[in-house]
Amino acid sequence: MEHSAAAEAAASKPGLLQRLDPRVKVAGLLGFLVSSALAHRLSTILGVFGAALILALLSRISLRRLAKRGWAGALLFSGSIALPAVFLTPGRIIFRLPFLDWPVTTQGIISAALLIARVETAVTLSLLLILSTPWPLVLKALRALGAPVVLVVILGMTYRYIFLLLAAARDLFEARQSRMVGALKAAEARRFATSSIGVLLSKSLQLSNEAHLAMLSRGFRGEVYSLDEFAMRPRDWMALAAFAGLAIVAIWTGR
Amino acid sequence: MHIPDGYLSPTTCAALYAAAAPFWYVSLKRVKRSLHTRLIPMLSLMAAFSFVLMMFNLPLPGGTTGHAVGIGLAAIALGPWAAMLAISVALLIQAVFFGDGGVLALGANCFNMAVVGSLVAYGVYRVVAGGGAGASSRRVVAAALAGYTAINVAALLTAIELGVQPSLFMDASGTPLYAPYPLRIAVPAMMIGHLTFAGLAELIVTAGVVAWLQRSDPSLLKDAAPRAIDAEKVAGDGAGRMGWRATRPLWIGLTALTLLTPLGLLATGVAWGEWGPQDFTDQQMRRQITAASGDQSPPPYAPRGLEQLASIWTAPIPDYAPPFLQSQIFGYVMSAMFGVGLILLTFLLIGRVSPLRRKKNRR
Repeated sequence: MEHSAAAEAAASKPGLLQRLDPRVKVAGLLGFLVSSALAHRLSTILGVFGAALILALLSRISLRRLAKRGWAGALLFSGSIALPAVFLTPGRIIFRLPFLDWPVTTQGIISAALLIARVETAVTLSLLLILSTPWPLVLKALRALGAPVVLVVILGMTYRYIFLLLAAARDLFEARQSRMVGALKAAEARRFATSSIGVLLSKSLQLSNEAHLAMLSRGFRGEVYSLDEFAMRPRDWMALAAFAGLAIVAIWTGR
Repeated sequence: MHIPDGYLSPTTCAALYAAAAPFWYVSLKRVKRSLHTRLIPMLSLMAAFSFVLMMFNLPLPGGTTGHAVGIGLAAIALGPWAAMLAISVALLIQAVFFGDGGVLALGANCFNMAVVGSLVAYGVYRVVAGGGAGASSRRVVAAALAGYTAINVAALLTAIELGVQPSLFMDASGTPLYAPYPLRIAVPAMMIGHLTFAGLAELIVTAGVVAWLQRSDPSLLKDAAPRAIDAEKVAGDGAGRMGWRATRPLWIGLTALTLLTPLGLLATGVAWGEWGPQDFTDQQMRRQITAASGDQSPPPYAPRGLEQLASIWTAPIPDYAPPFLQSQIFGYVMSAMFGVGLILLTFLLIGRVSPLRRKKNRR
């Protein structure tokens, strides 16, 4: 919940990405993502990462926030997965670890670096989109780019109800904890968790029925219409051209 | 379990999007037909529920904690098609908004967890639960197995997708370009965690919630147990013959498997680690053992312990070939029938003396 509030705040700041048409952002950042996935060279992936950093600075998104919300977690997770590859990948041995005698290979180091660089770049690009665009606009952009309208409406509703159900789950725990002295035994805690999930499931289905009735009473007949109020301005076209040009250069140099 | 971007090549991602797409299409058509205008609110709430479910931390035996993905629960409460869509939407929001799982790898994650996971969970639940009554403990066991199997099948698929990367995508110097570990590392690394902790969390949540729903909100279990309602009606009339109808697919499958056992003859050589003492002195067998053990030649004689223990028990039907039968294929089928018969007899006896049965009869 805190993250989404922070994202809303960041998206309202005046910056380069915030001023662009959401469709351009979604298409452009996706282009960067694909080009970094296609690249076989570390230098190209680092180039895309660098471009993402410049975009973050121009959009007043602090690198500290990116590090805290994305880089640290990704580095910890992918780093721990990539580290053994340094020793396990067969190839040219550069040196052996003292005491353990494990061989470190060039291929292993490059492979681990490629993995970490790609993961960090992907995390940065998706954070840039979320931190510069409010969620409803991301959905509208998805719709404008051809995503099925039913999917877009479901995504919008799901996002809203996640917060409601999270609050309901928190209330369940608070209600239980406020009536309890001391800690629960593991088996009791498991029983409590499963019955809370059961309550939440019943509640979700009940809510879906209520939401359905509310929609019907407001004239819903199963058809969904969305307003497409985006208009491309000259700077959006320029940004789109820049995104496309850079992505093509990255794909070309990364082969 | 959620594969981030960077681990799979773009071609693998595209292939798995293509693999998931027909399932999305079919499930949307089916769900739309059954839910009509309820489709949007129902799927939205269920997707939100799947998302929130993953936040529940569960203390596991052994002092660790884990969270469930809820594949089994969604498939049991909603049916496989709606569950597929709800979990896919939850995965999409996780990928785009929370960075859990990649955007390009979303097709792979949806295929593993939402598509295959839901179908496996629902299939296992229906087969194991059979015609068991809605409030029976058999349904809780079926739910537990459904959750456990689904998460492990999804993990195995994930491991295979990651494990094939180094053999398919490598540069000229032999550097793996995406996930660096081959199948022989990726599969055990992934499965150890899922067969134990993650599988256990899924098992506890699926079984626990189904048990809770049986007590508090049994109507929610009707989607995945349409036969249970008939079974309860029939049980009231004293006709306990539902067993045959409910387990008919199992019996047909068992018969087919028994008839297919001679396929085992196609596999040449001896199974690794299943050598007899005489195999250590046979030159041809020694060559086979060496080839199958990464060029490690076996000791010249059978280990003494093996020789002593091997003579304790002599199988009545050695090598699945009864000595009085000339045809090897027929011998295989006969051995399978004999083995299956013995197992069924054992379970029949256990069923006769089981305290659960006595309790049910008293009631």
